[in-house]
Amino acid sequence: MKRSLADSFMRASIADAQDLISRKREDCYAELGHFEKWCEQAADIRSHVLDYLDYYLEQFTNNAEKAGASVHFAKDDGEAVELARTIFLQKKARKGVKSKSMVTEEIGLNEALETMGVEILETDLGEYLLQLDGKDKPSHIVIPALHKNRRHIRELLAEKKAYTGDETPETMTRFVRRILREAFLSADVGVTGCNFAVAETGTIALMTNEGNGRFVTGIPKTMVTFMGMERVVPSFEELDILFSMLARSAVGARTSIYMSLITGPRAATDLDGPEELHIVVIDNGRSRVLASPFRDVLRCIRCGACMLECPAYRHVGGQGYGVLYPGPLGAALVPSLAGYDEHKDVTKICSLCGACNDVCPVKIPLYEFILEHRRIIAEDGKLSSRIEDAVFSQYGRVIGNPACYASATRMARLGKYLPRVGPLKEWAKARAIPKIPKERFRDWFARHSREGGQS
Amino acid sequence: MKISFFVTCLTDTVLPSIGIKSVELLEKLGCTVFFNPRQTCCGQPLVNSGYREKAKNSMQMLIDALLEDDCEYIVAPSGSCVLQVKEFPRFFREDEIWQSRAKRLADKSYEITDFIVNILHVTDVGAALNGRAAYHPSCHMSRRLGVKEAPYRLLNNVKGLELVSFKGQDRCCGFGGTFSVTMADLSGAMVAEKVRNMAAAGVDYVIGADGACLMNIEGRVRRENLDIKVLHVVEALMTA
Repeated sequence: MKRSLADSFMRASIADAQDLISRKREDCYAELGHFEKWCEQAADIRSHVLDYLDYYLEQFTNNAEKAGASVHFAKDDGEAVELARTIFLQKKARKGVKSKSMVTEEIGLNEALETMGVEILETDLGEYLLQLDGKDKPSHIVIPALHKNRRHIRELLAEKKAYTGDETPETMTRFVRRILREAFLSADVGVTGCNFAVAETGTIALMTNEGNGRFVTGIPKTMVTFMGMERVVPSFEELDILFSMLARSAVGARTSIYMSLITGPRAATDLDGPEELHIVVIDNGRSRVLASPFRDVLRCIRCGACMLECPAYRHVGGQGYGVLYPGPLGAALVPSLAGYDEHKDVTKICSLCGACNDVCPVKIPLYEFILEHRRIIAEDGKLSSRIEDAVFSQYGRVIGNPACYASATRMARLGKYLPRVGPLKEWAKARAIPKIPKERFRDWFARHSREGGQS
Repeated sequence: MKISFFVTCLTDTVLPSIGIKSVELLEKLGCTVFFNPRQTCCGQPLVNSGYREKAKNSMQMLIDALLEDDCEYIVAPSGSCVLQVKEFPRFFREDEIWQSRAKRLADKSYEITDFIVNILHVTDVGAALNGRAAYHPSCHMSRRLGVKEAPYRLLNNVKGLELVSFKGQDRCCGFGGTFSVTMADLSGAMVAEKVRNMAAAGVDYVIGADGACLMNIEGRVRRENLDIKVLHVVEALMTA
């Protein structure tokens, strides 16, 4: 996190993106009207699906299989990548192309395929650039290369791909497009994530803005879709509502540029599409979240609006959280999904301002969840820090006893400023230390009452 | 009207002038103000760090202290602390007796500008202050407690005062309680941006309704040697 805070370029890029997209989001919701009602409706749909997840997953599976797809279930990341490796092996596949997907990042798919000698290429422009860089990680779930500017990108393309053009986005995009087009044509397998899975028809719905999703799903002979088990919606009616909100909340647009709807592999009458379609439904901690007090976090449609509204994310950026899902969503989701042992600190990157709750299109109580995680961590003797526990215990004893409180606050009056040690040393990094007035309010009030009030 | 004043620990010990001006303002508006010295802290620093159980004692003491004088209303110069008191019934879910007492307290507790505008129905207190001012809406008060309009309605009637908007006005100042020391670098970056945006608006005053945010902003203003005076709403309303 320290490194992120020191990266003034990254912070400026994130701040600009926050300001721009927040404004666009507000504008396009203002145009739509009834934001609250839309959110309630979307939250109801997602809650309903979570309540009947077993039913809808079964319905989805049956209909997807009826349409000719093979549906597999993976209980964790290990099983999911094993399924992927088996499919690649069976198909003797050497090359894969992938459209943007967070769940494949979650299971570490690229690394697993690369160890078996498969070349897997990211085709979302932002993800492509991060992969090309080799050392870089996404800083936002929708806009992964948010922290790179055109100069960085030109240098990266020059270094890795012998690019010699200028740094206009159009020229650089045209250059990358040529590389990607060749990759689409020579790939054995297309890999995708899944924005929504429609139970009634067994359809995978993908929203993309660059058109890469259509090539990934249209050209390679085999397609493998990875989806978190909670991605299901009952029918196209609900898909329509969530789709409308996802585009608006994610990037402040009325719609994404493309929406691909894939129901089974290529039919005899189809001009394109895969001959074989596999769908891998991933649990990876989701069942546990479903049975926990944090189940509503599974309503999330991965729009990233909470990140673009978060004042902490503004300065830390996505990479500073050190987890795959950053921002308020990450602070609420990651410890629920993957446990506290390695993920307790992420709950601290929050000033409890509540801005995330107000923009969440599916009304996830992120504020309450972050606070509840902190409570669970604090009250579990193994997770909380012993020093912190001791400090707070002492504080609790002082404020829990009026006589203690009175004498402690009287003592604090001995100096003009509070001593610059411990927490105040931290405070003083960016701020002057508060002056300590000679008299407390309670001393004044006692005098005031003796003098008969009404000064 | 009898008011029990909930001063909040920060106002009591570090920012007493906010408490003094609050009492003077309430008395000027015809209220009889009681202050029970057995009150300490609402426990928010503990609760927000996860240590809710360790705060239970102080919560019970606060409930006792604020209900003891049997006033019609309880008023505090901090939306954040009022929010905390409003959460008490949830914290005592497993204790029927304390939950009902907590609920009685929560139901009569008001943030001071909300109380003046919506209970006393006063929007002009006859204050005058010359200059340009930036109002910082504190997160807990505006977003969580839902008190958004009241401070503006009061400040708009201060003679000579021009309220200006500034970039990122609704964004958190970075205080966040213990967050300001546990995440000092991040918190510092947040308050630096906040104050930079306020200063860019060319203001003489920064006005807010929550002492904690103001202490944070004032610390940054002083560190930057800016010629901006930081005031609580009640301090602005007690000028004439």
